[in-house]
Amino acid sequence: MKTATKSIAAVVPATFVVVFFVYPVVNVLSTGLAGDGLGSLAGLFESPRERRVMWFTVWQAIASTALTLLVALPAAALVAGLSERRRRIVRALVTVPFVLPTVVVAGAFEGVFQRFGLMSGTVRLHHTVWAILLAHVFFNYAVVVRTVGTHWAGLDGRLEEQARLLGAGRWRTFTEVTLPRLKPAIASAASIVFLFSFTSFGVILILGGAGRSTIETDIYRFAVTRGDLTTAASLAVVQIVAVLALISLTTRLERQRPVATRQPRRASLVVGRAWRWANVSLMLILLGTPVAVLVERSLAVGEGYSLRHYGALVHRTRQLPVPALVAVRNSLVFAVVATALAVVVGGLASLVVVHGRRALSRVFDLGLTLPLGTSAVTIGFGILVTLDEPPLDLRTSWMIIPIAHALIGVPFVVRTMVPVLRSIDNSLREAAAVLGAAPARVRREIDLPIGSRGLVVGAGFAFAVSIGEFGATSFLPRRSDSITAPIALFRLLATPGDLLRGQAMALAVVLMVVVAAAVVAIESVRGTADGGL
Amino acid sequence: MRRPTVLGMATVIGLSLLATACGSEEAAGPDGIEGTTLTLLTHASFALSDSTLQDFTDQTGVRVEILESGDAGTMVSQSILSAGNPLGDVMFGIDNTFLQRGLDAGLFETYASAGLSDVPDSFQLDPLNRVTPVDFGDVCVNYWTESLESGPPADLADLTEAEFADQLVVENPETSSPGFAFLLATIATFDDWEGYWADLRANGVSVASGWEEAYNGQFVSGGGDRSLVVSYASSPPAEVFYSDPPVDVAPTGVIDESCFRQIEFAGILAGTSHRLAAEALIDFMLTPSFQNDIPLSMFVFPVIDSATLPTLFTDNVTVVDDPLTLDPAAIEAGRDEWTARWAEIMFG
Repeated sequence: MKTATKSIAAVVPATFVVVFFVYPVVNVLSTGLAGDGLGSLAGLFESPRERRVMWFTVWQAIASTALTLLVALPAAALVAGLSERRRRIVRALVTVPFVLPTVVVAGAFEGVFQRFGLMSGTVRLHHTVWAILLAHVFFNYAVVVRTVGTHWAGLDGRLEEQARLLGAGRWRTFTEVTLPRLKPAIASAASIVFLFSFTSFGVILILGGAGRSTIETDIYRFAVTRGDLTTAASLAVVQIVAVLALISLTTRLERQRPVATRQPRRASLVVGRAWRWANVSLMLILLGTPVAVLVERSLAVGEGYSLRHYGALVHRTRQLPVPALVAVRNSLVFAVVATALAVVVGGLASLVVVHGRRALSRVFDLGLTLPLGTSAVTIGFGILVTLDEPPLDLRTSWMIIPIAHALIGVPFVVRTMVPVLRSIDNSLREAAAVLGAAPARVRREIDLPIGSRGLVVGAGFAFAVSIGEFGATSFLPRRSDSITAPIALFRLLATPGDLLRGQAMALAVVLMVVVAAAVVAIESVRGTADGGL
Repeated sequence: MRRPTVLGMATVIGLSLLATACGSEEAAGPDGIEGTTLTLLTHASFALSDSTLQDFTDQTGVRVEILESGDAGTMVSQSILSAGNPLGDVMFGIDNTFLQRGLDAGLFETYASAGLSDVPDSFQLDPLNRVTPVDFGDVCVNYWTESLESGPPADLADLTEAEFADQLVVENPETSSPGFAFLLATIATFDDWEGYWADLRANGVSVASGWEEAYNGQFVSGGGDRSLVVSYASSPPAEVFYSDPPVDVAPTGVIDESCFRQIEFAGILAGTSHRLAAEALIDFMLTPSFQNDIPLSMFVFPVIDSATLPTLFTDNVTVVDDPLTLDPAAIEAGRDEWTARWAEIMFG
């Protein structure tokens, strides 16, 4: 890269994350900790309750991550083995759970528990840690399938063929040839799942039952219910330090030596038919059951079924400032802006992470992933106390919503792009250079097409994150006519009555359809871009 | 989002006509506020008919933009953090359980609206008039009539009877506003409220994190199997208003003896640069055109004596004469200790 391009690549993402994340968070935390901050921080570790809360936060996140990998990795293999066209559709479909508001999914889970007698008795799921883990797998399944599946499809299958020719069994080929090359993508996906579970809010409160707390839910409890900003800020510091430690760890795993990558075709997987069916069934049961419950509820009217709730989305109920469909349109506008921001910031940042100097690369990786592991309260309150003066009085501007969404979307772009960029075979670049291609041309013709594979998957994620985002949005003041669909949905559920409940379920189904369609559309962009390769 | 709407443009045209043709004589507001845009900071449950705020704009020439925060607690925390450089000019929706926190932080400017003469004294909790009462609602135990063959419990004490074992669902007072109000109801009723909660626990009470989960998930209304839930006195009329297929009689009822009163206030945020327009908005909130819109929009009750309730409310709710209450200062002082003690009893 020329120096000028290089510095733009570094300056744009750095400015974005410093202005909209680092500075606001540092500002609100130092406000909160002013006075006896250190004493309060030390107090946290002396309180048996808070120690329990921290331990629970960590172990449930580790367990959620392990379980998600266990369940979703076989599915990633399956996805890798599909044709590009089918892969795109499956990738979009598994993204659907990702955008569903927690309150709705939790309701669907509880509905399933009631139906199958899991509310009490020996096999009880209601208000248990198992319900939390199950929901985390449901929400994060897409992260593993999309990140690992995409990477897997790009692996050169000839290595596996050679191994088998040399007499290695199926399992040995997988563990010794395929798995080492998947490690960077698995580490990447695992860190995202961990961060999501670590900062999970609604799932813990609703499915775990009222007695359970994590660092995230305690930050809310102290900041909002008790108005104790000092303790809330101390907890936020603990959360950020823990997240930094985790990211440093996975970054190390991700920095594996590059492995040969080619344009994705089909991974040459030899899997049995039974294994494949078992996997598809699991996917359908896990992801499909709650979704089916929602669809059923959106159609139910009295004793029968009708599309009436969908029709009602066009009209304004008194409980919403605008018709529900306008809220969907708002969400779409925000998601487009947020995705564009995340792609630019995350795309440039990935280049720095992969090609920049080591220290810079580490700082970028940490700084850009951190928002995903930071409490919505910290981010929301930080922006509120910091961006409050011209020229950046963004507290009441609609722009602040897509900016906050982009903060959460950027890590997805970075984490899907970096493993892909790293995996580009250096010999490919060297060959091009030896043949006389200028560095810029090498980037354009080798890095760009292969890197774009990660970029579109990341963009799809960023879009879905924005459409489904609830936490940070609800902590930012916003104009009533710019209400987002998840907030509208929550409001519909805040007043009694079958009419409102039905409309909320219909809105959830519309959100699912919108996101699936949008992700297919976003990921088709690349289909045409590298169609010739 | 700021974008021109037909309504907005009509407002602008209307305003210019008003300003040029009518002069100050026909505009009810004081001189010099026409053309001002006020920001009303409120919580995410705020709702009104389209025409109500338009009436205000027609009368005064002041436009109102609504800025929503999360719940009332989030709104108050946000306002304390941005004190001195407020997010808006007027706050609506701080209730008596958070009032003292807002007053202690000096969020509001004093203003005694003339409309207060129509508001019963029992709602006027701040003698200095830093906040003005606008509406009230009661948090009460609701029951699903069909499920309770031998009749509903008469009062809070009955809820610990074996007859109602495993029937009640409440919200966690640490994460839910009605949950906290119900805890206050028990503290206002029983000297040994801790013992009462231990009895409730022994009787199989279920704790949900929020109202949505309790009402839509565990209560019969939303498909659950519990017939008693902590909700609002106005939930039965909402059940009728939003019934599908339509019904005339609410399937739920309210236990009058369990009701804790929540009063919502409005106040002028300290640091506003539109003081006169803000006063006009507070005045407007106590006029019949605002007050009469409250019941069906927000499912709470108007505070002025001269407001009229829709028949949906008069048919399905009785407003209790002597609800349970606690002093806002006592609530703020006791909150942390009470909720911590409650958590020990329930989860310890």
